Amino acid sequence: MDVSKSFPGEVHPTAGGGVLVTKLDEVINWARSNSLWPLVFGTSCCAIEMMSTAGAKYDWSRFGFEVARATPRQADVIIIAGTIVNKMAPVLKRLYDQMADPKYVIAMGACATSGGPFFYNTYSVVKGADHVIPVDVYVAGCPPRPEALLHALITLQEQIRRGPS
Amino acid sequence: MNKEELKIRLTEVLPTVVFEEGGEWTTMIIDPAAWEGVAKELRWEGRLDFDYLFCVTAADWKTHIVMVYHLTSTVHRHTLVVKAKLDRDRPVIRTVADVWRTAEFHEREAFDLMGVEFTGHPDLRRLFMTDEWVGWPLRKDYDDPVNMIKL
Repeated sequence: MDVSKSFPGEVHPTAGGGVLVTKLDEVINWARSNSLWPLVFGTSCCAIEMMSTAGAKYDWSRFGFEVARATPRQADVIIIAGTIVNKMAPVLKRLYDQMADPKYVIAMGACATSGGPFFYNTYSVVKGADHVIPVDVYVAGCPPRPEALLHALITLQEQIRRGPS
Repeated sequence: MNKEELKIRLTEVLPTVVFEEGGEWTTMIIDPAAWEGVAKELRWEGRLDFDYLFCVTAADWKTHIVMVYHLTSTVHRHTLVVKAKLDRDRPVIRTVADVWRTAEFHEREAFDLMGVEFTGHPDLRRLFMTDEWVGWPLRKDYDDPVNMIKL
């Protein structure tokens, strides 16, 4: 396994072991990216796919998403899995505000991205969750398959490892 | 009990009953003004014993509004649909919350989204929409220029 791809640093072999040369920021980002705890948050059918992604078959724990937390204070990432209606928007905002920094947002599926099938002729739906909170990664699909959500999660990890741009 | 047998029994209890054909279940049409008496008969008459109201619907047909009640009996295992045609400009029908308690919430929903007024309802106020909301969102001619993008 190529160490440089997973861990940001170089090992300089010396007699009796070696010296690891790296940057602290990069190590912190690497650690963060490999332990992202999602918030239990789902407002419609995307949540079913999200649960499936968490389940045994797709098992997002393999990538460090480990356990979903039922409180925003213990969560690092919120996956907006479903439609956000006008009545839900202040709740979503409050949940996001209660999450501790650093925090990340994934907009899962068409509804969370743009309102999706509820874009036209609807009185109750927010046309994209990014009207309420900032989004890091968008996932296409209605609902997206678990593979698509996993891809989004891995994309988010890459974004975190790359550091703030 | 099959549809025909239920029809015969309903005719015994309510001689003036009018049926509609073509549905999955036995369907009867009622005059909204007679709903209170009919509802109590359906609920308490032992041969009918409709003890479970499993769906309350309001449908906007543009020219009128139709209230649809789905009833079933857990004793006799028969199901009945009751329809009542209401005036669209002022849809009013008597509540059945005192006959089937579940109607309390169902009727609030119909009031909230369709603007049907249920006389005698113990707590008729908005359910999904905010209290200050104006209009009936599920009506066919509903318009909300602020929140709606028209296509």
